[in-house]
Amino acid sequence: MVLEKTIFILIIFSITLLIATYLTYFERKVAAFLQDRLGPDRAGPFGILQPLADAGKMFFKEDFIPAESVKLLFILGPGIAMFTACMTGAVIPWGDQLQLFGRTIDLQIADVDIGILYVVGFVSIGVYGIMIGGWSSNNKYSLFGAIRAGSQMISYELAMGLSLIAIVMLTGSLSVREIVEQQAGVWNVFYQPLGFLIFFICALAECNRAPFDLPECETELIGGYHTEYSSMKLGFFLFAEYINMFISAAVIATVYFGGYHFPFMHSLGLSENVVSILGILVLFLKIFLFIFIFMWIRWTLPRFRYDQLMHLGWKILIPLAILNMVGTGGFILLSTKM
Amino acid sequence: MASLTNRSKVVVNKKMTFWERLYLPAIFGGMAITLKHFFRKSNTVRYPEVKRPFSPVYRGLHVLKRDDKGAERCTACGLCAVACPAEAITMTAAERKKDEKHLYREEKYAAVYEINMLRCIFCGLCEEACPKEAIFLTDRLVPTELEREDFIYGKDKLVELLDQRIDVSKRQVKTYGEDLKI
Repeated sequence: MVLEKTIFILIIFSITLLIATYLTYFERKVAAFLQDRLGPDRAGPFGILQPLADAGKMFFKEDFIPAESVKLLFILGPGIAMFTACMTGAVIPWGDQLQLFGRTIDLQIADVDIGILYVVGFVSIGVYGIMIGGWSSNNKYSLFGAIRAGSQMISYELAMGLSLIAIVMLTGSLSVREIVEQQAGVWNVFYQPLGFLIFFICALAECNRAPFDLPECETELIGGYHTEYSSMKLGFFLFAEYINMFISAAVIATVYFGGYHFPFMHSLGLSENVVSILGILVLFLKIFLFIFIFMWIRWTLPRFRYDQLMHLGWKILIPLAILNMVGTGGFILLSTKM
Repeated sequence: MASLTNRSKVVVNKKMTFWERLYLPAIFGGMAITLKHFFRKSNTVRYPEVKRPFSPVYRGLHVLKRDDKGAERCTACGLCAVACPAEAITMTAAERKKDEKHLYREEKYAAVYEINMLRCIFCGLCEEACPKEAIFLTDRLVPTELEREDFIYGKDKLVELLDQRIDVSKRQVKTYGEDLKI
């Protein structure tokens, strides 16, 4: 049992890392195509080895620690960012059950009762990596980036949580598996279109992706919180961003788009295992679709101004999310009365 | 007043409607535009494999021409060095020996002729100043080097080889009459 889980964790972990690695390539290609360019095409066929070259470059760069920095925290920052990014995937059900060697295997690392809270919790701990890294660099730009990351996280976490509460009210459970199981018929996005929109915008903000990339914004802050970082420490920060993007897409797919469910999955007359494997593939398809939308948005929209960011977060998204929550409550009340 | 270009737009600071203030339609419009570009052919030229043609007036790496008998045209008059705004050209003159008639056209020639390609701004004033049609800028590129010294091009790199003449006919806009016998 323990061995089974260990193997599964290792598989999920390596898949996450592999996908995050190739997201860097994917991002550059998407950016290039959206701008009528070719993108990296020198390393291997179609530039498929580019991530390896990038990683190799990162390893061989000089690892510089500023003299006036707080050394321990400076090293800890990227570590925290990476750790929390990797941890979030633990509660996501990657598929239904598999029957292998006469055993039933849950395709989920841990079916925690409070799965959704766990996700939100770890995502908000993720900002500690940025905060600590930015503050300990002892650089004004890094500090600005860190402060921006902190305030952005606080502002958007509220709306994110509120839109998730509406889902929890519909489902009656905080367990992610439960939420997915309930979407066997109709996906949550059809009950919660507004909630989905709010969640999606907040997910963009939580990942520090454009148009919400104020913590790093190259043009104003020279890279923001990772201004002083070099070598693989910088690599960890950038890598954590891609893992976060992958996990966010996975969360959106599971919470709003039915996870591993796909239409007519039980009426095709296929065996349980085949349906499960198809489910995994469908989930990954949905995840990649959302990742593409993330990138598409990044290469379309310009960055927000700081006051616009705060305006959107506090004056628009949070009231809308509360309205959505109240509306959902009223809907549930009416439907149970009748 | 009517604008000359017909492209100016009157700016109106009118209040945005609710639909405009939503921003979402504008965002989706923008995303539609970028998606259209996603399927468009890329403009990239894969450089070392594909090379774009140079324009006939392109000013690249210099060449020191020989005349049709293969003798160097340059007489080390120094007008190019004087004309050069970047002071990239230096030379040392020498007198032609009796048995060197086939090597140098005039009685005086450049024993050393150096152009510092890091100083050169490729303005083409040297070829304009040259009274002997000896120096031309060509459509070749100056390759990259690792050392600064390697960018100082001597006669070994500048003078055209006898068996590899460089065509500069596109740049010969002016001729100085028959007496030059180019």
